[in-house]
Amino acid sequence: MSAKTRTKKAATISKEEREELLEMYRQMVLIRHFEQHCDKAYRQDKIGGYLHLYIGEEAVAVGFISQLQPQDRVLGHYRDHGYVLALGSDPRKVMAELYGKVTGLCRGKSGSMHFYDKAHNFLGGYAIVGGVIGIATGVAFAQKYENTGGITLCFFGDGAMNAGLLHECLNMAGLWKLPVVYIVENNKYAMGTPVELHSAVTNLAHRASVYGFPSVQIDGMDVLKVREAAREIIAHVRTHQEPYFVEAITYRYVGHGAADITDPGSYRTREEIEEWRKRDPIATLHRYLIENGICTKEELEAIDQQAQRVVEEAARFADESPDPPLEELWQHVFMD
Amino acid sequence: MAIKLFREALREALIEEMDRDERVFLMGEDIGRYQGSFRVTEGLFQKYGPQRVWDTPISEPGFIAIAIGAAIEGLRPVVEVMTWSFAFLAMDQIVNHAAKILYKSGGACPVPLVIRGPAGPGRQLAAQHSHSFELWMAHAPGLKVVLPSTPADAKGLLKTAIRDNNPVMFIEHPQLYLTRGEVPEDEYTIPLGVADIKRQGRDVSVITYSRGVLVAQQAAERLQQEGIEVEIIDLRTLVPCDWDTVFNSIRKTHRAIALHDDWRYAGFGAEIAAQVQEHAFDWLDAPVLRVAGADVPMPYNKHLERAAYPQVEDVITAVKQVLA
Ligand SMILES: Cc1ncc(C[n+]2csc(CCOP(=O)(O)OP(=O)(O)O)c2C)c(N)n1
Ligand SMILES: [Mg+2]
Repeated sequence: MSAKTRTKKAATISKEEREELLEMYRQMVLIRHFEQHCDKAYRQDKIGGYLHLYIGEEAVAVGFISQLQPQDRVLGHYRDHGYVLALGSDPRKVMAELYGKVTGLCRGKSGSMHFYDKAHNFLGGYAIVGGVIGIATGVAFAQKYENTGGITLCFFGDGAMNAGLLHECLNMAGLWKLPVVYIVENNKYAMGTPVELHSAVTNLAHRASVYGFPSVQIDGMDVLKVREAAREIIAHVRTHQEPYFVEAITYRYVGHGAADITDPGSYRTREEIEEWRKRDPIATLHRYLIENGICTKEELEAIDQQAQRVVEEAARFADESPDPPLEELWQHVFMD
Repeated sequence: MAIKLFREALREALIEEMDRDERVFLMGEDIGRYQGSFRVTEGLFQKYGPQRVWDTPISEPGFIAIAIGAAIEGLRPVVEVMTWSFAFLAMDQIVNHAAKILYKSGGACPVPLVIRGPAGPGRQLAAQHSHSFELWMAHAPGLKVVLPSTPADAKGLLKTAIRDNNPVMFIEHPQLYLTRGEVPEDEYTIPLGVADIKRQGRDVSVITYSRGVLVAQQAAERLQQEGIEVEIIDLRTLVPCDWDTVFNSIRKTHRAIALHDDWRYAGFGAEIAAQVQEHAFDWLDAPVLRVAGADVPMPYNKHLERAAYPQVEDVITAVKQVLA
């Protein structure tokens, strides 16, 4: 698929299109500020466990999720903050979950790596590399079985390309023509191992292309390109009832986990990170919006400040929320 | 009541639940066109078609994961594993995913799933097809574990398992598929977590499940001729487990034996012994004994195989030891 850069002039852009662009900008900025706060809160010990931030990769989730309908579902791996925020989960509940509070998305029982928000169609973040691929394939199976018209987005990292489960599921999804979009966020590394050292074939779209359904590589740093690809891919999956595989080329600016102390330096250079920052998805959309006269710098600045306020409010809410009561320990092992 | 084969009773449960609820579907290797390795699903592909009976590739992690995903989206999958030995490929899906999703979602995402199939020795299938893994399943909080011993129990428990909103591991002993028993004509279910006293006796309680019940019954017949009355507690489900029935029996007999085919070391018998000493110690007149599988990979040779899992004589010996 050739996702061409859009060069529409302000005058030719509809009101809806303008709103959609600003909404994507708002979401990416919200995710960026949210993640930056998480990084800080982690170092203050307010957030525990492993914390994987989405900074740099915002365009992938935001571009794809912008094209969903209410009957669609999203599942992802453990780097999952961006998915729920793009889906419209309440940032206060997301932050409260990270703080382990009972007001969190999962009552303080999931933490960063295993969010669920059914009300916003998020059926789970999964912390076993590759695990999400199986569960998401099953969700798409159910959508097809029940003929809901819905499709499933399944997000995971380049490291999961090497899980046997991926290949089992791609085969069954291809056999059974399931309405699922597999999106590998190729951010160049699985922890500190570069793709060249973990995948015999480094073109991951190519590697996934033998299961009888389309497969494509896209620029994951430009949200307009992601959105355009997503629009076509999701429409294809919905109408043709077959899977699609997408390799989104992206990059994470921060360490694999917030606890990482060897990065940059050990497995990648500061210069490499700086090179990728030049393609920053937020700055790219900012430039596009200004150069095409779609909005003013002041408007974008206001969006930015509003996002900061939302994050501050989320942090305040999380701080002030109570821990789960100890009885919660025994709840939800079984369903009545 | 009609006399039916164990596997027919299972099939009836599948049919009744599939007729009752469109969301129930079957998935597994060669369960459809081939009719199932143990013919539990015989005729169901013809009856329900490929939309309800799914023949899968040989991808246990993949299709068990797909069933879990289908369950969180609201379907009620019943997955057949050709043997539980193969479910080991999917331990990550079963333990790390199915068992934990409800909890880690803070109660939001139930997983109404049944995984069923054979496990156990006795057909010279040797090391990689013969073991019974109920203990591994019972160990993971969030999984229910069911092991029926009779056709009637098999049917009633499987129907309940399919209606349950949790992942239920339903383990069938291959030596039982061709056993017969009375099965009620009218619709019925059997709750999970209710043990059944399969034989009343005053002298010793044999706490068991699955094939162990049949072994205990044969031992009890012979011991009765020597004036020893054995009480047989069929746990039927290990999770949840009906410990009250166990403790009440021991209050009467004061002696207990745990019996199962699964390996002895850290097997479910160890849990039985621990529970009994924690909750019924004062009633015991003798230590709890275990009669269980030998701690070896299952050998092929017929005589060695027979020696590797409990036989009637082993139970008789243990009963006499505990009464001595
Ligand atoms: C089965 C399994 N093995 C190892 C890990 C430890 N681990 C967590 S994240 C990760 C790297 C995954 O990288 P990738 O899939 O590229 O995702 P990214 O973190 O880059 O988004 C590893 C090895 C795990 N969680 N699960
Ligand atoms: Mg990666």
